[in-house]
Amino acid sequence: MFFPHTPAEEKAMLRAIGVGSLEDLFQAVPAAHRFPELKLPPALSEMEALAEMQELAYANDTARDLVCFLGAGAYNHYIPAAVDSILRRGEFYTAYTPYQPEISQGTLQAIFDYQSLITALTGMDVSNASHYDGATAVAEAVNMAYANFRGKRNRFVLSPALHPHYRDVVRTYSHDSSLQLVGDDLEPQSDPAALIPFINEQTALVVVQYPDFFGRIYDFSALGEAVHRAGALFAVAVNPIALGLLKPPNEFGADIVTGEGQPLGIPLSFGGPYLGIFATRKEYIRKMSGRLVGESVDNRGQRAYVLTLTAREQHIRREKATSNICTNQGLIALASAVYMSLVGKAGLRQVSELCYQKAHYAARQIGRLPGYKLWSQVPFFHEFVVQCPAPVDEINEHLLDHGILGGYDLGKDYPALPDHMMIAVTEMNSKEDIDLLVDMLAEVSND
Amino acid sequence: MNIPTDLKYTKNDEWIKVDGSTGTIGITDHAQEALSDIVFVEVVVGVGDEVNQGDTCVVVESVKAAADVYMPVSGKVLEVNEALPDSPETINSDPYGAAWMLKIDFSDTSQLDGLMDAAGYEKYLQEKE
Repeated sequence: MFFPHTPAEEKAMLRAIGVGSLEDLFQAVPAAHRFPELKLPPALSEMEALAEMQELAYANDTARDLVCFLGAGAYNHYIPAAVDSILRRGEFYTAYTPYQPEISQGTLQAIFDYQSLITALTGMDVSNASHYDGATAVAEAVNMAYANFRGKRNRFVLSPALHPHYRDVVRTYSHDSSLQLVGDDLEPQSDPAALIPFINEQTALVVVQYPDFFGRIYDFSALGEAVHRAGALFAVAVNPIALGLLKPPNEFGADIVTGEGQPLGIPLSFGGPYLGIFATRKEYIRKMSGRLVGESVDNRGQRAYVLTLTAREQHIRREKATSNICTNQGLIALASAVYMSLVGKAGLRQVSELCYQKAHYAARQIGRLPGYKLWSQVPFFHEFVVQCPAPVDEINEHLLDHGILGGYDLGKDYPALPDHMMIAVTEMNSKEDIDLLVDMLAEVSND
Repeated sequence: MNIPTDLKYTKNDEWIKVDGSTGTIGITDHAQEALSDIVFVEVVVGVGDEVNQGDTCVVVESVKAAADVYMPVSGKVLEVNEALPDSPETINSDPYGAAWMLKIDFSDTSQLDGLMDAAGYEKYLQEKE
């Protein structure tokens, strides 16, 4: 058991502040609530506790136990064993905010490598050391655009095909502010051109997703031009795996690229911890939030890594900083850097192609089934929407009986899309898995 | 410490040179020394803007700090020093000359009475230490 203070130390501290006992410190709390009875069961031994936790864990079905076709922002990819093995090295695993260059060259270099890999992948000039997840990265893009125009532009255009959770988090961040969030009540079927009428001289930022939430791939060149004509910034939320195959967002004028880094070697883990990717152009570097590691030389002329441009951040700029969050996902960013290094440029393209080809095979097969219809004819990456002959939760129950984790029920986020299932296919799904899914979907249709 | 006698000073270490109703604004030798090596300057107002006394008009960043430059008096921006963001180190080498930041047109000359002259500013700095 850990005791932070000995009874003697406690007494000395209480004497110093002139309080008789520890209980006297809690007089402000109403007596009835002061020491509630917690009604906890009797304490367990370590052996008993482990058995109970295991029993709870076995009640879960994971992507390892099931054939997984669920995506919607978090994807089931293969993770090379070396990722975990490097991640769990004590030098990386135990350190928290290890930014002293004198003792943390390894960690700082790993973050620098992560930043370099992200800039290569996105085509941007600079990447920060990460945010919490894909949703908070988009919210930080909103913060940055607001700061960039010093509050003089307060209109933010969000695509209806930007992940609903990302839009929720942007709304949470901008609660109680004068920000105007528009565009996302458009029909989900709308194309990027439909966002153009929302852009005016008050617009600070336009945010789209690539591939979008529904898996569709659009060329955003015309939209990007419209954004820049209005003097606004253009943010693109990406799936980093897709960038193995698709042209990087800098080619259609992105000023900010954010992304959910989970597909890069991070396990699904029931929703987190994940990784918020954030990269931008050099001209906006001082408006970017978050940690940034730079490469330099020490006083002996040796290559060295150090936090740089820290005057941007809230511990120096206080309330005038772009963001008051500079926490990064150090360990998770490291995992993604290890993953990207292991698979390499060609490997990432291979993963990307496998996802693309398998998803297109699945879509072809399902599209032929009576009662099922592909929702969109737009090119897609590894996820697509199917209009189903029955409610999605009913179909998913049937699939689960056969060891399949079915797709995402879009009706939950888009009332206009009841009975629409979004199916994700990755390199983890074999042809047999896909054929099984198709057969099981056919059974529902025949019922 | 260089404190020219032909300028007016604020407690936040800005200077203003008055020429009729036109004022030229910058930061003092003391300010640049306290900030140390300045690496970034951003003028956050534009020509034609009406800016109030005390509002932020320029942001400077050194290797160890970030600081805002405030308007010593209210006025309309006539000109900004476009060359300064490309050579922020000028603020360290020539704070009263090449590193001027803004020229403004101001109407309310009574606001000048609230500023310090060179002797007053020198005394203020001594007392602050």
